[in-house]
Amino acid sequence: MSVGALPQASRARSMVDFYLTTMRTQIQTQFQYRAATYMYTLGMVAEPTIYLVVWTTIADAHGGSVEGIGPGQFAAYYIVWTLVRTMNIVFTPFGWEERIREGQLSAQLLRPLHPVHYDLGWFAGHKVPWLVMYLPIAVVLSLIFHPTLDPRPVEVVVFLIAIWGAYLIRSLNHFVLGMVTIWTTRASAVFQVWFLAELLLSGRLVPLPLMPQWSQTLAAWLPFKWTFYFPIESLVGSMSTAELVGGLGMQLLWTAIGVLMVAGSWRLSVRHYSAVGN
Amino acid sequence: MIRGLRLAGTYLRLGVLNELQYRANFFVALFQSFLSVAVGIAVLALVYSHTAELNGWTESELLVILGVQIVLGGVIHASIQPNMERLTDEVRDGKLDFALTKPEDAQLIVSLRELRLWQLVEVVSGTIVIAIGVSRVQTTIGVGHALAFVALLLVGAVLLYCFWLVLATGSFWIVTMWFLSELFEGIYQVGRWPIGVYPGWLRYSMTYLVPIGFAVTVPAQALTGRLGWETVLVLLGFTAVVVVFTRWFWRFGLKRYSGASA
Repeated sequence: MSVGALPQASRARSMVDFYLTTMRTQIQTQFQYRAATYMYTLGMVAEPTIYLVVWTTIADAHGGSVEGIGPGQFAAYYIVWTLVRTMNIVFTPFGWEERIREGQLSAQLLRPLHPVHYDLGWFAGHKVPWLVMYLPIAVVLSLIFHPTLDPRPVEVVVFLIAIWGAYLIRSLNHFVLGMVTIWTTRASAVFQVWFLAELLLSGRLVPLPLMPQWSQTLAAWLPFKWTFYFPIESLVGSMSTAELVGGLGMQLLWTAIGVLMVAGSWRLSVRHYSAVGN
Repeated sequence: MIRGLRLAGTYLRLGVLNELQYRANFFVALFQSFLSVAVGIAVLALVYSHTAELNGWTESELLVILGVQIVLGGVIHASIQPNMERLTDEVRDGKLDFALTKPEDAQLIVSLRELRLWQLVEVVSGTIVIAIGVSRVQTTIGVGHALAFVALLLVGAVLLYCFWLVLATGSFWIVTMWFLSELFEGIYQVGRWPIGVYPGWLRYSMTYLVPIGFAVTVPAQALTGRLGWETVLVLLGFTAVVVVFTRWFWRFGLKRYSGASA
């Protein structure tokens, strides 16, 4: 029936329209708070800079490299780190408590779209000004720490896809985590254990080859490394084209798992949810 | 001075009474502190699995630094940060009037009002980390060193307080200050490592601009037998200058405050 086809197409178009509008609003909003963004970025850049300094010191003390990684590669890793970190800023699971307490979730339930779309669009736009504003900082860091960065074109392409893959995976996982809040008021303990595992097993702390063998094996079975280590390494490392494409495949797999988990956990939780607030 | 101390005592009692209502938060803070100590120790183990010493510091000595950073972090989270966050919020909302109209020194009041008692768990866990570190360090530590350590720790807390107050005073000019805690928390992680590992420009800015080097590394030096008198003298002189500057800057900023509905 041709009548059915038309709403299908217009639904897709209105979805794209929704995402673009949400993103555009956020881009404009965030550009207004340049000073605040810069200060926040400064606090964020402190973390990789500390790691970089510590590992460079160790590399220099051991004839110029640790596990085959030299100062130039550490510099590249930790400068690209902040780009990937910025991509990984998503709605925090801690935020669900306020959404429930303030009654915002009840309002969201009245809207025609699944709430995950609002968060995805919002934070996708939110990070664009941040990325633009990080670039001068990255240039300054590069002048100080001399990164070894010489990517092939295919690596650049894979990197540009992988950072959005990382964004999707982390957004979806955090949405599922946030659902815990609907079931208990002490969800923060769960979140903290999750963030601890992420810090150690994602490559956020150190490039994964520096970790003990058993934790690398563990990391291979978890989603974390596909949100930090893989995107960074796709640009700064020397992966073969097959490994790069395989990595994107793993991201796709974890995105699919994330979508299923979001759909399932949302359906269960919203049935359990009872409103508070005004 | 006596009035100030009595005021501090009153606010302390109020804060404790208030926090005792939320006893379950003790376990939340305990759990948090346990995780953050675990991360700190895991990171040290990882670093020292690749090297025997970092910039001349052994793993046990770095444990002392980690412990000092955690103890001072506890003081910041329990008292300094909540007070300063409330200050910036009230400047934005115009509620600072209520503090300014009280018949006591305004700086004293805005620095004392809040207390998150359970965050002091970090002071305990940090002390345990220091004790473990010290017991594994070879050099013997006399009573003199221990006293110097406690005194230097207090000086460190004063420096961190001044730094926070200078940042928070910025809210008289800049309205959005939501990033302050994130900014400080990020930069404060610098203190986990001996200030000597950082390249010159960063080392100087982390000592004089953001006094984390003085606040964390110097007390740890007292416990690991690396402290010279010159450092202590420079530190004391610097602290005096910072305290006076902070006082002046606070008053300078306060003049810009125009109250509610402005």
